[in-house]
Amino acid sequence: MTATAPVAERPAKEPKQPKRQQRFNEGTGRLAAMLLSPTMLVLGLVVLFPIISALRESLYTSGTKLDENGFIVKGSTFVGLQNYTDIFKGEIGDRFWNAFYNTTFFTVICVVLETVLGVVMALIMHKAFKGRGVVRASILVPWAIPTVISALLWKWIFQADGIANDLLGTQILWSTEGWQSKMSVILADTWKTAPFIGLLVLAGLQTIPAEVYEAAKVDGASVWKTFTRITLPLVKPALLVAVLFRILDTLRIFDLPFVLVGPHKDSVETLSMLAYDEAFNTRYGPAAAYATVLFVYVAVVAYAFVKILGADVIGEARAKKPGGGGKGRRKKREIEEAPGVAMGAAAGGGGV
Amino acid sequence: MATATAAPREDLAKVRAAEVGPLRRWAPLIGVVLIVLYCLAPFYWMVVSAFRRPADQFSNKVIPAPFSIQNFKDVFSGSNGFGRGLLNSLIVAGTVTILTLVIGLIAAYTLARLDFKFKNVVLAIIITTSMFPGISLVVPLLKLFVDIKWINTYQAMIVPSLSFALPLAVWNLTAFFRQMPQELEQAAMVDGCTPAQAFRKVIIPLAAPGVFTTAIITFIAAWNEFLIALSMTNKKSIQTANVIISQFTGTTGRDQPFGSQMAAGVVVTIPLVIAVLLFQRRIVAGLTAGGVK
Amino acid sequence: MRFERSHTRKAAVVAVASSLVLLASACGGGDDGGSSNGGGSAGALEGRGPITLASGKDTSGNLQNQLNAWNASHPNEKVELKELPEDADAQRQQMVQNAQANSDAYSVLVMDVVWTSEFAANQWITQIPEDKVPDLGKLIPATVETAKYRDKLYGVPITSDGGLLYYRKDLLTKAGITDAPKTWADMVAACQKVQALPEAKGMGCYSGQFEKYEGLTVNFAEAVNSAGGSIVDKDGKPSVNTPEAKAGLDELVNGFKTGAIPKAAITYKEEESRRAFQEGKLVFLRNWPYVYAKAAATDGTSKVAGKFGVAPLPGKDGPGVSSLGGHDYAIASSAKNKATAIDFINFMASEARQKANIEKTSQAPTWASLYDDAALNKQFPYLAPLKASIEKAQPRPRVVKYGDVTAAIQQAAYDALNGKVAPDKALADLQTKLQSLITQ
Repeated sequence: MTATAPVAERPAKEPKQPKRQQRFNEGTGRLAAMLLSPTMLVLGLVVLFPIISALRESLYTSGTKLDENGFIVKGSTFVGLQNYTDIFKGEIGDRFWNAFYNTTFFTVICVVLETVLGVVMALIMHKAFKGRGVVRASILVPWAIPTVISALLWKWIFQADGIANDLLGTQILWSTEGWQSKMSVILADTWKTAPFIGLLVLAGLQTIPAEVYEAAKVDGASVWKTFTRITLPLVKPALLVAVLFRILDTLRIFDLPFVLVGPHKDSVETLSMLAYDEAFNTRYGPAAAYATVLFVYVAVVAYAFVKILGADVIGEARAKKPGGGGKGRRKKREIEEAPGVAMGAAAGGGGV
Repeated sequence: MATATAAPREDLAKVRAAEVGPLRRWAPLIGVVLIVLYCLAPFYWMVVSAFRRPADQFSNKVIPAPFSIQNFKDVFSGSNGFGRGLLNSLIVAGTVTILTLVIGLIAAYTLARLDFKFKNVVLAIIITTSMFPGISLVVPLLKLFVDIKWINTYQAMIVPSLSFALPLAVWNLTAFFRQMPQELEQAAMVDGCTPAQAFRKVIIPLAAPGVFTTAIITFIAAWNEFLIALSMTNKKSIQTANVIISQFTGTTGRDQPFGSQMAAGVVVTIPLVIAVLLFQRRIVAGLTAGGVK
Repeated sequence: MRFERSHTRKAAVVAVASSLVLLASACGGGDDGGSSNGGGSAGALEGRGPITLASGKDTSGNLQNQLNAWNASHPNEKVELKELPEDADAQRQQMVQNAQANSDAYSVLVMDVVWTSEFAANQWITQIPEDKVPDLGKLIPATVETAKYRDKLYGVPITSDGGLLYYRKDLLTKAGITDAPKTWADMVAACQKVQALPEAKGMGCYSGQFEKYEGLTVNFAEAVNSAGGSIVDKDGKPSVNTPEAKAGLDELVNGFKTGAIPKAAITYKEEESRRAFQEGKLVFLRNWPYVYAKAAATDGTSKVAGKFGVAPLPGKDGPGVSSLGGHDYAIASSAKNKATAIDFINFMASEARQKANIEKTSQAPTWASLYDDAALNKQFPYLAPLKASIEKAQPRPRVVKYGDVTAAIQQAAYDALNGKVAPDKALADLQTKLQSLITQ
């Protein structure tokens, strides 16, 4: 709770002095705090609070001892960082590093594939041609199917006597340990979430004015060059946000490997599954420790991603604004100031 | 100004298509076909499986023979409460989407336009909440909701979904708003708009693609949410469609009700896609017809 | 500036409203630590009034009929059905979560037999004095054992389940074999004769359930028990590193090696293996009683309708030993109206209700004499072998950390079946693992 307190406090005081006139810059901090408070409150209630309680939980263990009647001794014991150090020891450590590797592997492969595919989808959806609506609808379909159901669908497809083996004329046992189970997860995940990137990139594409392309054409730029020099830089903010959130999601991947291949399979066990497994066996302390380790890992990856690729995603306010955004970043500015960017935004129409 | 750029672009596409050789001309088409196949083939399998007789579930025939709507009948059979579940899903996902947009738009606009300290810290905190494994949030949340008597209420599903959706909404919309020149609002205000009007009448319409995309993604994410909805409700009348689907059973102990699950999947997916398409068409039409000036 | 003010007022209202929510929740949600549960002590079955029954939906929808029968005669103590997901793990998860949150949403829990120890040790369910269950003596003793923890009763078994051997009677007859095999050696010999027949070309010999899930524990336990071994001995100590246990595991490992068990069986759960049998790909199948109705279906979905028979499981030197399945009804510690709950459980355990249940759902009863009912035997021809199977059945290890124990068993068995780890090493590792899990 403490984390949100400063934000919560501020607006609460505000009504006492509503009439006071302020200069823009003086008031912005307060105004911003007020406008952001609904967001911070919701996040505080439902996410930060559980996270903090999980952090606390990770320092305790409970339910490890039986009394003479065979009942589990109640209450929890403070164990400091032991839940964390245990993660890296011996056999449990091997399992952890295997899950760590799998998680990373899935994230790298899936996100790369999804990005490429998503951008292609966005380019296609953006093109004007007959039947565009149908194409857009078909691309939306995988994303719209509930994850629980799509996992079942893929499980069915990859059964020993399922349609995948039927079409391939093979007898691959997809859910057994090995490359094939990894492949099936990657295939299903890519199928399901490439449209997500596609949608967000499409929205970005729709903000690029046609004039920019015309100018490139006049200069005789090749298709590839136009794409890499104009399209890509201009959709970069949207693309980076999409990829960033895909990274966050894939690092926490759970449903697909769990339903499609099954729990306790070395080939596809991920960090989320480890946290789940501990919680399933009611070891909430270690479960919280796993969750926290995963959390830290995700945060580090996200931070690195933003630092290396996407400084401009959360970049400071536009540099030309008086008084603000002094620390503004370089690359982005010329893009932001490209003429007519906003006009193109309206022209593109809906997001699908 | 919306119409101004839309028309030339389509012309441009035609011109370009006419200029290039056959390979160039057909390559994109082949690409389109491949992508559509890739997206639809598994879905087709879902539809086909839904239209088989329950007894033929395991058939690998490409066309269901004999064709049957038994699975759909099973889905909607009286005791399931699936219709009510759909309504509940709609209530939850609809509310989440509206709230996410309202709250998210305000936050994103603030982050994109106002200068204040700790802006990056705020953005970082917001995205940080998307980094914790969702399955680890359930137990603490359940304890909280039991304490504040939220079990079996809509808000117990809406508020968590809202908080799962907000980070992406805020980040995405912030990126969008930032792409728009600030001169727009300034010009509007010179014309006599209040800042709020400038935001509502100029910025939001211009950001339509971003807002709309955010709305779709939020709605679908909320529509698909399962774990929270399952844990926070135990009354049939308030459970969402996904929870109801998880309760489907086969005809005897251990057989999986794959057919009815797939039928339910079709039922929850297709209206979603159609609604998005119609919605989108209207938005585009509204933008081009009305003019956003 | 108007800019600021117009925003300010609206935003302030929103902010105040939302911070009130936060405050309220901060007060209400202050106590997030510990997992103190009330109840759990013996005998405190008091209070009357409405209760709930937390259960996965039963397939026939008959459960609601049973509840209606109760509700009609107990208007002030009605039972409301709380349907849980179909998946057993998800059911357990919901029950555990509700116990953790000390919620009274679920009064009576329909529990898989293997959960008893864990739920009892955590005091999530209430001990039931045996004199409160007058019909206990009429139930099959093996099933009652599954509801006990440290010799105290925590639930009442309402349905049971045992493994059966399904075999292709037509092919066996053609190959000149009259009786179902009693031992593994008989079974393999019978297979070889059958597979020599032209119509049995390419058929697999035998399958159970060998995917890495609870079913593998069931099949592994059956193999070990049928060879005279045990996973956990009578005193609750791990005993899996023995020649008997190895003989059992070897039987399965060799089955995969020689091809007697088809390769794909490593992905089989109940349904996959049933389909393989129904499609005529297997001579022998180990599975539960539910398969009978499906395989006997004459609507064209089963290729083996009228061609198969049912027998007790074979073993190493004689009849085999099945693992025990089924469900017990238990009372949640955090529940209200426990007096009503125990009455309701007794009602569901009664002969009349159990008979009504098997007639509609074909779920195996726990009421012993129902197995000798002529009409039922006619309706369910597998009852006789099933009774033999259940009476001799061994429960899976009854341990507090069942989740970890079954995961360890699955790991060992799966690795051995895959040829990744030699059987004796797999068992030695498993023994070590189990010792650390079952020390208390």
